[in-house]
Amino acid sequence: MAFYRSHVLVCVDPECLAKGAYEIVDALQDELVAQGLIDEIQVLETSRIGKCSEGPEMMVYPEGVHYRGMSVDDIPYLVEEHFLKGRVVERFRQEIKPVVDEELGPLRPKEVRIVLRNCGEIDPNNIEDYLAVDGYQALGKVLTEMTPEQVIEEVTNSGLRGRGGAGFPAGRKWALTRGVEGSPKYMVCNADEGDPGAFMNRRVLEGDPHSVIEGMIIGAYAVGASYGYIYCRAEYPLAVETLNIAIAQAREFGFLGKNILGTDFSFDLEVRVGAGAFVCGEETALMASIMGLRGEPRPRPPFPSVKGVWGKPTNNNNVETYANVPQIILKGASWFASMGTERSKGTKTFTVGGNVVKPGLIEVPMGITLREIIFDVAGGIKDGRNFKAVQTGGPMGGCLVEKHLDLPLDYEALTQAGSMMGSGGLVVMDETSCMVDIARFFMDFTQAESCGKCTPCRVGTRRILEILQKICDGQGAPGDIERLEDLCQEVKQNSLCGLGQGAPTPVISTLQHFRHEYEAHIYEKRCPAKVCKPLIRYEIQPSACTGCTVCARNCPVEAISGERRQVHHIDPATCIRCGICVQVCNFNAIETLS
Amino acid sequence: MTNTQKQIPANDPLNVSEQKAAIDRIILENKDRPGAVMLVLNEVQGTIGHVSPHMQAYIARKLNVPLGQVHGVVTFYSFFKTRPRGKHTIKFCLGTACYVAGVSQLIEKAKQTLHIDLGETTPDGMITLEECRCVGACSQAPVVVVNEDLLGKQRPNKFPQVIKKIQTQS
Repeated sequence: MAFYRSHVLVCVDPECLAKGAYEIVDALQDELVAQGLIDEIQVLETSRIGKCSEGPEMMVYPEGVHYRGMSVDDIPYLVEEHFLKGRVVERFRQEIKPVVDEELGPLRPKEVRIVLRNCGEIDPNNIEDYLAVDGYQALGKVLTEMTPEQVIEEVTNSGLRGRGGAGFPAGRKWALTRGVEGSPKYMVCNADEGDPGAFMNRRVLEGDPHSVIEGMIIGAYAVGASYGYIYCRAEYPLAVETLNIAIAQAREFGFLGKNILGTDFSFDLEVRVGAGAFVCGEETALMASIMGLRGEPRPRPPFPSVKGVWGKPTNNNNVETYANVPQIILKGASWFASMGTERSKGTKTFTVGGNVVKPGLIEVPMGITLREIIFDVAGGIKDGRNFKAVQTGGPMGGCLVEKHLDLPLDYEALTQAGSMMGSGGLVVMDETSCMVDIARFFMDFTQAESCGKCTPCRVGTRRILEILQKICDGQGAPGDIERLEDLCQEVKQNSLCGLGQGAPTPVISTLQHFRHEYEAHIYEKRCPAKVCKPLIRYEIQPSACTGCTVCARNCPVEAISGERRQVHHIDPATCIRCGICVQVCNFNAIETLS
Repeated sequence: MTNTQKQIPANDPLNVSEQKAAIDRIILENKDRPGAVMLVLNEVQGTIGHVSPHMQAYIARKLNVPLGQVHGVVTFYSFFKTRPRGKHTIKFCLGTACYVAGVSQLIEKAKQTLHIDLGETTPDGMITLEECRCVGACSQAPVVVVNEDLLGKQRPNKFPQVIKKIQTQS
């Protein structure tokens, strides 16, 4: 292959063509020949670089200089200056605006990326990009150099645990499925990332689908499975599309299908799409959904490794677990085990949201503290307010407070603190969040998503929600807190699956750490964070009000009265506490009281 | 069966030849795949926009499964709608981050602007308001999904303009 020191990419989209892009290409070629540079510099045609309406456009690599708006007559000068003398022609140069990825930006302090290493770096729709970063090398190594038992041993030694939240050791799960008699066996990938506030799996599927597929194929070889399903939630249409493209390409390259890489191992897989049911993230419900049924969980045992999809032995891991596997095979179990804590190895992705300066997706080694994540990686609390609580583990996790900030994060530490790892969603709250309202919000979610199969969850979550709603509405009565505590224990102990067992956790943890807020709602009819509508009122501060009438004009129920340039007044009886006046006031004249 | 078929309203997709053909094609393509009920319903919902009771009966018959199974699946998953929706759908993300960022004020504003409740469609059949589960765009909270497009960092006072823009779309 010829070596070129520089590449010129000329946009040949219709608009640029209309502005003479082909003529530019020809002129470039001619001039490069004339200057004797044609063996050093390659001219390529490409599609849209920037604004074609102001074209023609071209990019020069490796410098990354963007030229726009030159004509054929400018080419000799441009070639002489840029390629012969090495001077950038400022006249045609365009400022390059870096694309800001708000979810997953450049590496932040304390981040280590294994699962996310390719996201945003490679083209997910082109398998060759993945191959260029050692993609499918691990699969080759496994199929040609390792027995299934050795693969399982390697994964076991790495200490990789299920990243879906429960943290079951992946190697042990594979060994279990391998050990069960029965054929065929199935691989399932749980991509039903339903926790509100968690989107790490979506980014991996959209940005690096082949790492998940490769992990699944390696797993299939280890457990002896012949077919696989990736169950993806319907809320992620782009992930489904990316996966389907990736699977088709993997099949075309011989990584899926019959006799993979010329060996006698065969495996294929397909994507199955959910239809908006949170409970389908539970493994037995997920398998029911794959089989075209209502996604209702069933009691375990039998575990899926014994009786899963179509009643056959099935291995189920989540997206992030599979995405770790190729790297473990390539770099070795001891490399992976060198990161993290005694009990939890490797890295974990977290999505940090809520009231932080820099929300987004991060990947950090296990054992990092919440304080490091919130203040170092996510930039601290927004608007200079104070940290109040962090909700970890989604709607079935708990709220952790100041005293938990220095715990080294791993599965056990979070469970002991009264929460859980879950899929890794972190929602940070400051003093403007009402903890009773947050508990009510999560209960509203789990109540709506309860599948209704078992009574403790179906009825219990509704009764808990009703009490919480009553408290938020200012109708709380003495004895409600105790009733809540009783109910929470009942639901937790008697529910069939993780959803019901975890549903009371937000209530239990907020009751534990913020009991005084519940008491203020019930006994003083006051919402300390000034969130619960029936317990707050708005008042206009006469000293700050300029009588500009903005609030009165925006009030949907005409509760605000006052002449122009006169202090306005809110009628509390008419006010529906929508809060719009507070938002539109330019003088911060409206105060929220409770 | 002829009796029930007579009762199918004229505007039901089963009586619209184009849509009927699409439904038949989807059934034909998927009926031999394992777990066909979900596959067919997902595609029908995506193509037609809803799965009416008559369509459920038709699908059950064609797939040779009890109507109860099809109806059970339709009513279990929130993506399946049994009635047609408006031309445009505005979905409000009810994820935690969006909730903390004030999606409820957005919903309030939209309800006031369109004079309909969540889950309802405007009388002219243009806009349906819906809530949805976390769409995973939490760093842009609060998020609304207009048809297939995601709009992040929405403010209640600017939201009527967003609605107006949707209304003027054909």
